[in-house]
Amino acid sequence: MYVAVKGGEAAIDNAHAYLDETRRGDRSVPELAIAQIREQMSHAVDRVMAEGSLYDPDLAALAIKQAQGDLVEAIFLLRAYRTTLPRFGYTKPIKTNEMAVRRRVSATFKDIPGGQVLGPTFDYTHRLLDFALAADPSRPVKAVPETAEPLRPDMPRVTEFLNQEGLIETEDAPAQEDDPAKTADLTREPIDFPADRATRLQNLARGDEGFLLALGYSTQRGYGRTHPFAGEIRMGEVTVSITPDELGFEIDLGDITVTECEMVNQFQGSKTKPPQFTRGYGLVFGKTERKAMAMALVDRSLRAAEFDEQSGAPAQDEEFVLMHSDNVEASGFVQHLKLPHYVDFQSELELIRRLRKEADEQQRRDAVKEAAE
Amino acid sequence: MNAETQNSARDHTNNPAPDHTNDPAHDPGYNFAYLDEQTKRMIRRGLLKALAIPGYQVPFGSREMPLPYGWGTGGIQVTASVIGADDTLKVIDQGADDTTNAVSIRKFFRRVTGVKTTEKTAEATVIQTRHRIPEAPLREGQILVYQVPIPEPLRWLERRESESRKMHAYAEYGAMHVQLYESIARFGRITTTYDYPVKVADRYLMSPSPTPKFDNPKMHMNPAIQLFGAGREKRLYAVPPYTRVESLAFEDHPFEVQEWDDACALCGDDKSFLDEVVVDDAGTRMFMCSDSDHCRDRRAAGHRGGAEGAAAEALAAMTGGTDDGSNKDRAEDWAKDREAAQ
Repeated sequence: MYVAVKGGEAAIDNAHAYLDETRRGDRSVPELAIAQIREQMSHAVDRVMAEGSLYDPDLAALAIKQAQGDLVEAIFLLRAYRTTLPRFGYTKPIKTNEMAVRRRVSATFKDIPGGQVLGPTFDYTHRLLDFALAADPSRPVKAVPETAEPLRPDMPRVTEFLNQEGLIETEDAPAQEDDPAKTADLTREPIDFPADRATRLQNLARGDEGFLLALGYSTQRGYGRTHPFAGEIRMGEVTVSITPDELGFEIDLGDITVTECEMVNQFQGSKTKPPQFTRGYGLVFGKTERKAMAMALVDRSLRAAEFDEQSGAPAQDEEFVLMHSDNVEASGFVQHLKLPHYVDFQSELELIRRLRKEADEQQRRDAVKEAAE
Repeated sequence: MNAETQNSARDHTNNPAPDHTNDPAHDPGYNFAYLDEQTKRMIRRGLLKALAIPGYQVPFGSREMPLPYGWGTGGIQVTASVIGADDTLKVIDQGADDTTNAVSIRKFFRRVTGVKTTEKTAEATVIQTRHRIPEAPLREGQILVYQVPIPEPLRWLERRESESRKMHAYAEYGAMHVQLYESIARFGRITTTYDYPVKVADRYLMSPSPTPKFDNPKMHMNPAIQLFGAGREKRLYAVPPYTRVESLAFEDHPFEVQEWDDACALCGDDKSFLDEVVVDDAGTRMFMCSDSDHCRDRRAAGHRGGAEGAAAEALAAMTGGTDDGSNKDRAEDWAKDREAAQ
């Protein structure tokens, strides 16, 4: 018996009750608290905030719990909630120069003013499962030794050292800096092609980490090579401030954690420009180094037209990259294929049957003709 | 909600707005129809532009809705923007009111608007649909909202938006005719069976959304307002009432719609769009109306199809959909009558 996709409200309600039961799992295991997710699953929380385009660790943790750890689903939950929020105004551009740095590394110079600061990183850990963590969850956390001297509050930028010699392109602040409201807002307006760099970066900042990672990787393997060096990666806290119209002066709203990556890329030069280093840029909410680096690679690749170096690689194709980077859009549309399509399928069935019948008759006619000859 | 309640307080004497805020069905945690008033206004402006330039795709600031992209977010945003507290909403998917996604969208609107919902095409003022146009003719004052996955009819010929927008601007539609011609050259007929391109008001090439081409003629000179929303692709378009909608064709290969050798097993209709249902492991097929309201109406008027006994019952339960289950009762009564008569 064909069990029809046509299903009543009761079936849906029952399915959702089942889902809730699955979320809870074995009831003899204590339930996860939001604060536990926020504090102990912070990379998941950061990814959900970054791709959900909403900086709120508590809501992101709630979304992760509700989504049973499915991060793309959690991102979707946060995005749908974000739709209902009113817009109070536009913040001032954040100043990553003044970041309270927790991590800062450069791959281009051995030592740099301000120093190489590893910070909390998975780098150089040996990826060995820590069975002790399983055996004794209350194992004391390793103590972080006090640093001899505090980090510089005005950590200089590595790319600035190159800039002093004119070896790297200078970047002028976009004209809209004075009036942030003039910057395109992809959450309010549809994207238009060709997109300016600010719009592209906005799209990439909320794009799917896996998608950007694969695209960035593809440029390293020769599909639109950009010769990148990790000029600087920094992670830490920056202050978000706003100048309300009725006050006329700047007030601080709070601090957010961001990861910034500046790639330094080779440029061979052209008829009009001498050889120079160029930049790819990545900036993402939270401790999201993998994504910030991938974003910087893809940003530089999307500038291919600017440097007249297009080779038809996917990562250089603006419409391809920007139209497919959003995992909420992608996940919804891929999964909509499980919705009933039987009306369209019926139309195709009818056509295929008719075409096959005709082909059959034609063959029979041909056979008769051949026999007669 | 605030704007609405203020209105009803202010205009109480001459124009009392129905106070839906007290409607028990409306979840007070959300603004009426989920979207904030500014967003609804932005979408309405887009819809007005779309109505002013029939068939033209208007870019709009599509919002993230609590239902997934590809599951009707465009249609939902359009419905949310045009629906009022005194509207009656019908939601169909594949022609039927009780398909899972239609149930889910109807439930969403019940929660965020508290409006009356119906399964009867004639009773509805707003009908949101996916993949079908109701069989019953629509009338003036009704709004048909289509959910659209890919609004660009030229997408399969030119995948770049920057290019296809230019093709629309210059009304450069030759490529589409060539594609249809190639299909005739190869198969002897146009093999597009759904999402069959139409020309609206003799100007813009438009995707009817993936409705079967069977439904294309219904769009032509329709007295209802036809609004199209593509959420993921962030486009709105519209066909105003009584507008020419012409399916592309050639003089020697005129446009034709699907026909079935069978009739609906329940109501006997051989003119409506039929769904094929596999009823047993041996692969026995039966056909029934895709439009469940249409089928129910015909059965209520005494029309009967060829299905008998248990099969009829099972089929009727499938088309089901009436909240009171009377449809199933009717089908059972009918099955009993048939058995008694034999």
